Amino acid sequence: MGMDLNPIEQDMLAGGQGSATKKAMQILLALGTIYGARRMIPVHSVQIAGVSYENLGEAGLEFLSEMADGGGRARVKTTLNPAGMDIENWRSLGISAEFADKQQRVIEAFTRMGVIPTCTCTPYVAGNLPEFGQSIAWAESSAVCYANSVIGARTNREGGPSALAAALTGVTPEYGFHLETNRKPGITFKIESKIQHTHEFGALGKAIGTKLEKLDTKPVPYLTGITGVTLEELKSFCASLATYGGAAMFHMQGITPEASQFQAPVETIAISQSDLDQAMQSMESGKGEEVDFISLGCPHLTLAEIGHIAVLLEGKKVTKTFWITTSRPVKREADRLGYSQVIESAGATFATDTCCVVAPIVGRFKVLVTDSAKACYYASARNKFKVVIKPFDQVVAEALK
Amino acid sequence: MKTLQGRKIFGGQVQGLALVSSMGISFYGGVDPTTGVVVEKGHCLEGISVAGTVLIFPTGKGSTVGSYTLYRLKKAGLAPLAIINRDCEPITAVGCIISEIPCIDQVDINEIGPGMQIELDADAGMIHVLDIQSGQG
Repeated sequence: MGMDLNPIEQDMLAGGQGSATKKAMQILLALGTIYGARRMIPVHSVQIAGVSYENLGEAGLEFLSEMADGGGRARVKTTLNPAGMDIENWRSLGISAEFADKQQRVIEAFTRMGVIPTCTCTPYVAGNLPEFGQSIAWAESSAVCYANSVIGARTNREGGPSALAAALTGVTPEYGFHLETNRKPGITFKIESKIQHTHEFGALGKAIGTKLEKLDTKPVPYLTGITGVTLEELKSFCASLATYGGAAMFHMQGITPEASQFQAPVETIAISQSDLDQAMQSMESGKGEEVDFISLGCPHLTLAEIGHIAVLLEGKKVTKTFWITTSRPVKREADRLGYSQVIESAGATFATDTCCVVAPIVGRFKVLVTDSAKACYYASARNKFKVVIKPFDQVVAEALK
Repeated sequence: MKTLQGRKIFGGQVQGLALVSSMGISFYGGVDPTTGVVVEKGHCLEGISVAGTVLIFPTGKGSTVGSYTLYRLKKAGLAPLAIINRDCEPITAVGCIISEIPCIDQVDINEIGPGMQIELDADAGMIHVLDIQSGQG
């Protein structure tokens, strides 16, 4: 029981397309074998994780350089996850020249391979928007969840090297979420409270995620009781659900495109206001402590969110370090519309191409205030900050205190 | 000597001594990439180096950066000689592929005790186990 490779794929495996493509096909073949895939399928786009030099280290950089040197070239549209720094303005974020040099080499290795250095976890608003039903190979857990659930494209939770492998070959093994049967919901979450704003959708992601983690299997959740939701709220939910529950997909009745294909599964878990309050409180470790770091943009901010921040900051001055994290394409538009000028005049700092999760800021701050449930997890686990979670507008207000 | 038949994840032929873990291993965060020592608090191999061993554990866990951690170990000469899993998951598999570390899975790892001499033919998915303690084959 192995995989059937077509002649082109066999040629890649034999080294006929260079050493990098051979290594890529070896990776995909091994993965496909583990997961019982019969064949490879073409992918329309790729999103690569493993970009921040902080995470890759010298070895990761060497690996990427070898793949570029070995003739690796992206065969489909391929975009990148956030880097460890703002590629253009890293000095303003207190990044060292040594780190900047290494990070630049990482980006160069990718661009040599024809990868587009979007450096964002929100490829779907930065030039890489898949179609319903399209097979893609995306890493970045929040984007995977968004692509599968909100768009109805099809991807597994790729890792860094496997996403790169898909880019260099144009294919991925046909298993997991590429198969209809694995996209069916297996459990209903009945939401009993009205959920509004990014921070509440983040708490919802945690409440559901922690319940999912306790189950023996990993069913696709089907949510009922949500009557309206914005793109921003969905992106926050996706990031949180993926972080706390490891989920690659969900259905939201009346909202997400595949939900109407299914009945709500009989097995139901209710999510009450008290579950939500508990989830919210459990993410906080810094309540009542003196705050020294504010950040919005996990996942990266949309243009609408940046416009809103500009309105809130107009004519005012921030008193603490305030990072506004977003993708380069969105930042350019914000510049053109005058939002960036207002925000920077208030003393807030844009951290484009990066974020508070992957930048090398371990131990640099003490207490972070954010609206993002995902940021809360990584801020404490990885960066050793205490965290406070608040509604978006109150996060901005905190920066002005 | 007993022979176990498993599945090839990445090929190669090596021999070495078994380092056995009953717990899963997260290479990112759980193993120090500069020393090869297991650093995960409370791990059954905590404080022990995986370098040069035939590393045996049920399955991998943790961040996909773990694939790059295995690669770092290999480049530093600190990687395991080979990896044997009950079930190999993608992070470990990809780590072995990019680092060229022979790897076999789908074997009953309870058949292998710590310190046993292992001969691995990963292309054939074969593991020969010699219990050198008892001197028996």
